This record gives sequence, structure tokens and C-alpha cells, in this order.
Amino acid sequence: MSQLLIYVKAFAVGGLICTIGQILMQTTKLTSARILVLFVVSGVVLTGLGIYKPLVDFAGAGATVPLCGFGYSLAMGAIEAVNRYGLLGALAGGVTRNAAGISAAILFGLLNALIFKPHAKP
Amino acid sequence: MTQKNPIKPDEYRRLVARMTPHSRHLRGCLRAFWVGGAICTLGQALGALGERLELSEATAPMFTSVVLIFLGTLLTGLGVYDRIGKYAGAGSIVPITGFANSVCAPAMEFRREGIVLGIGAKLFTIAGPVLVYGITASIAVGVVYWAIRGWLM
Repeated sequence: MSQLLIYVKAFAVGGLICTIGQILMQTTKLTSARILVLFVVSGVVLTGLGIYKPLVDFAGAGATVPLCGFGYSLAMGAIEAVNRYGLLGALAGGVTRNAAGISAAILFGLLNALIFKPHAKP
Repeated sequence: MTQKNPIKPDEYRRLVARMTPHSRHLRGCLRAFWVGGAICTLGQALGALGERLELSEATAPMFTSVVLIFLGTLLTGLGVYDRIGKYAGAGSIVPITGFANSVCAPAMEFRREGIVLGIGAKLFTIAGPVLVYGITASIAVGVVYWAIRGWLM
């Protein structure tokens, strides 16, 4: 039962975060690039203010899979690295913690562009 | 048959104009909600799989994002992600799979401009700004945290 609840929470919170993005797109005509930047930076700021971590503890992937979760991971990386290495950690932490994801996006993006031909927009 | 509440044609038209965008907006939100929620649920399941594979606390989230990024790029390459995007709007843009899509869609499109300035540069059309502002903001958070750390404890 508690197992199921974890998935329900991830679904509901993740869905709500995406709905916020949808409302922004419908009401402000923000392009997807701006939406992505906005969500990442919001995630970083909310984490810095200590607001986002409780949401991650509550909703798991529902909070970490949306792009503000990438912001959360960047900010947590910076904070943890400051604890370990001092001021230089602020520069090192964010990218270090997310190196796998960033590298994966570059690698898969590159392979993809080499393998697949562009499709007509549906 | 008597009409109790007659409505003039132009009044009706105005009413339709007022009501329609609302239902369209609502439908867009519902689609974004369920597709975005479903992608996050998949992420949760991948996290559970990571636990089964006995990945550590540090590598399990990595596993989840790497697999989701892989799926996002693969579906983009197959032309499926654009269809999902047309249906789900922000439901497909906001999750990390949407970030993966934004990395490889422009790279695919500009492939004919060459390996370096086509694929290599366009990989970062959208990922570039995301990384620039995300990383800068994280540095700012780290510096502020460093400055007030002693005071917090």
C-alpha cells in the first residue's frame, strides 16, 4: 500500500509541476526554452531557500524528474560541496553532482543526430 | 414549444468565444498533468529498479536520469516525442525527457550544416541557456550558503 502511495505522490506532484508549465505556456506565450530555463532556475532558488528539499522528500521522482529537479540537484551539489571543500565547492558541486546526466544528454544527443534523419513536424 | 430564455445569435457567438478557450486551456492542462505525471511515475519506477540493482544513494538518481534521457533522445530520434509534445504540451517539455528532446531535436535538424557547427553547436541551442543559468544560479546558492553557513549553525 505504501509502495502504491509513493507512485501516486510522484504522479500527482509531477503532474502538477507540468501543469504549472502548461498554464505558463498558455497565458504568457513563453517559448519552451524559456520555460526550461525558468524551471531550472526556480528549482535552484527554491532549493537554496530550503523549500524544494521537503517536496523531494515527499514526492520523490515527482519532484526530481521535472526540470526544477535538475535545479534542485545543481543547488544540492553546490551546498554539499561547500560543506566539504569550502568556497571552491560552490563552483565544483553543481556540475559534479550532475555530470552523468549532462554527459548522457550530450552523448545520446550526438549519437541520435548521427543516426536519425530529421522528421517532418507532425 | 416556448423558449423561456431566448438568446440572440450574436450573444450566443460571444458566449461561445468566451467559453471555448477555457475548455481548450483546461484540456491542455489535463493532458500536461497526466503525461507529465506518467513520466515522473516512470522515473519513480526506475528509481525502484535502481534500488533492486543495489545502486548506491548517489548512483540511483544518476541511473534514473540517464535512462530517462536515453528514452527522451531515442523517442525524439524515432519522431515519437514530437507527437507526444503536440498532445501533452508542457507535460512533455518540463520533465527531464523534454530536456533530452531539446538537446537532440535541434542537433538532428541542423545536421546538414556539418558535424561541428551543425550538430556540435546546435546540441546546445536550448541546453546551453539551461546550463548557463542553472549552473550560475547554483554557484550563487553555493556562495551565499558559504557566506551564511556559520550563522546558520
